[in-house]
Amino acid sequence: MPDLNQFNRRAARCLLGFSILGLAICGPAYAAETIKIGSVLSVTGPASFLGDPEEKTLKLYVDKINAVGGVAGKKIELVVYDDGGDANKARTFATRLVEDDKVSAMVGGSTTGTTMAMIPVFEEAKVPFISLAGAIEVVDPVRQYVFKTPHTDKMACEKIFENLKLRTFTKIAMISGTDGFGTSMRAQCLKVAGNYGIQVVADETYGPRDTDMTAQLTKIKNTAGIQAVVNPGFGQGPAIVTRNYAQLGMSATPLYESHGVASKSFIELAGSAADGVRLPAAALLVGDKLPDTDPQKKIVVDYKQTYEASAKQPVSTFGGHAYDGLFILVDAMKRANSADSGKVRDEIEKTKGFVGTGGIVTMSPTDHLGLDLSAFRMLEIKGGDWTLIQPGS
Amino acid sequence: MSEFLQLFFSGLTVGAVYALVALGFTLIYNASDVVNFAQGEFVMLGGMVTVFASAAGIPLPVAALIAVSVAVAVGLLLYWLAIAPARGASAVSIIIITIGASILLKGAAQIAFDKQFHRLPAFSGDAPIDVLGASIQSQSFWVLGGTATAVLILYVFLEKTLVGKAVLATSASRLAARLVGINTATIMALAFGGSAAIGAIAGILVTPITLTSYDVGTMMALKGFAAAMLGGMGNPLGAVVGGLLLGLLETLGAGYVSSTYKDGFAFVMILVILFAMPQGLLGRRTVDRV
Repeated sequence: MPDLNQFNRRAARCLLGFSILGLAICGPAYAAETIKIGSVLSVTGPASFLGDPEEKTLKLYVDKINAVGGVAGKKIELVVYDDGGDANKARTFATRLVEDDKVSAMVGGSTTGTTMAMIPVFEEAKVPFISLAGAIEVVDPVRQYVFKTPHTDKMACEKIFENLKLRTFTKIAMISGTDGFGTSMRAQCLKVAGNYGIQVVADETYGPRDTDMTAQLTKIKNTAGIQAVVNPGFGQGPAIVTRNYAQLGMSATPLYESHGVASKSFIELAGSAADGVRLPAAALLVGDKLPDTDPQKKIVVDYKQTYEASAKQPVSTFGGHAYDGLFILVDAMKRANSADSGKVRDEIEKTKGFVGTGGIVTMSPTDHLGLDLSAFRMLEIKGGDWTLIQPGS
Repeated sequence: MSEFLQLFFSGLTVGAVYALVALGFTLIYNASDVVNFAQGEFVMLGGMVTVFASAAGIPLPVAALIAVSVAVAVGLLLYWLAIAPARGASAVSIIIITIGASILLKGAAQIAFDKQFHRLPAFSGDAPIDVLGASIQSQSFWVLGGTATAVLILYVFLEKTLVGKAVLATSASRLAARLVGINTATIMALAFGGSAAIGAIAGILVTPITLTSYDVGTMMALKGFAAAMLGGMGNPLGAVVGGLLLGLLETLGAGYVSSTYKDGFAFVMILVILFAMPQGLLGRRTVDRV
């Protein structure tokens, strides 16, 4: 039992140290036993709907990992700071993680704003940083030490267009929100539409607080040849679009919403008008509906049950991003059998076939996200619930 | 033609809500010279209280009544606790107080309710009604009818009842009103209560169409204020005309010009009108209030 002996020796030294020199010997001995993982999250503030489930997820799973012995023989020590959604604070905390806490790696950055502010700190310190932010700018261009787990809005566009192409639709209308989410996704959609032979013949927008979109939809309705309508948006706007869409009797033309509305509240708000609406969403939302053969089924069902039992609130994809980030990092540390930042970075980049809540991740030196379109499932709303569409429809 | 009708009715519906908010502004402004920027919060309270009361199993009409009562109570409290003690302060100070009240109410609603969006079922079913090729939500008629009724009641109240006359007298000259024995403090409380009720009714009528959340009030107050300015601050008829016109400008702008510049188009039109007619469309000529 070498481990026990070693432990006893260390404990003895610790006790000795305690009696003679106070904590001085104990402290470093303890520190050598843990791997420090840092995290800066927007636990409070306007982005708390992101940071709150992320923090709960990280704490929950770090405890679980430690309960079964930790990583590479060492326990994980999680250091979490709350930036309140403020990019300046995030940067300050990032510096503190690197200089004072001397973390081996970082999983965090709830928003694109905070992430972009922290990137230079981790790049300079050569500490791996797995971001939980949505925008593609985080990993494009690829930076040596920066990775991310959430899918991007560009992928959501591609998933929608893939489905449109399958249905041989070529002429579509877009009606986008003018908030950050809608603006960014609209731009990405316009950029990739050509790759799928799709022509955007009507391009309307609405304000994030608008209460009536019939004017824009009437314009779309009266544009000849439109085969489908895509609505990149977030919040209540898409629900009103969906309701106005049904009101104007446009339901014969398929309506696609974005992953931004992939929550039960969208169905509640849009009511019966949501029937027949299609949208791309993460597997986590439809875990129980996935076929047993689906490689992600076990992971997403486990995570949902564990999270909901512990946090007493419905699971969200945001917490899932933190789960993926943590386990990509932990797996990399296991493979490296070390907490050395450089070695861990190399191993994160070699992540291959990692099954997470957001999809199956295979990274490379040119791809620090590692997800493909299979990360999204195309759903259709039927009778007030999500259904997975049949392949090929 | 059907396209125009569609846009026209959408614009009228949106405008009717602006008109109700503008009416609330007008009533308080008339009685007290205060521009009450917490007006939008009454709209929010109307919608949110109704949603939560009906979610608790209370029938919709009763829930609506509760919501109006809550809003009126908040309106009266706002007057007694914040406006009345600052009676001697300048108009700007009082406007700042109302903005503070608006932030407070929004924060309180965020804690008392939640941060989610909510809906109410349409009062008479979700099926749209076809009018000459334009499909209109049945709730739109409730909004238009409700606004018309509110305007009518307000008109009868102000012109035909003694208390209403007292409100008008207070608005004309507070000192003279007090000299002839009108209790102006009561009249001002009445104006705050009444304006809260109008706001709450707007919130209840419109929630099935627009959805509601704790923070819908700010935008409502902004648009309602613009409508009141457009129609002429202090004129109830002007508030209605201004509201409907603003709604129509927005919708026709989005339909015929560009949805990106929808708000810009509406506000540029308002600027043009106010340059030409600084009193607003139906505003009084400048009266020296002494």
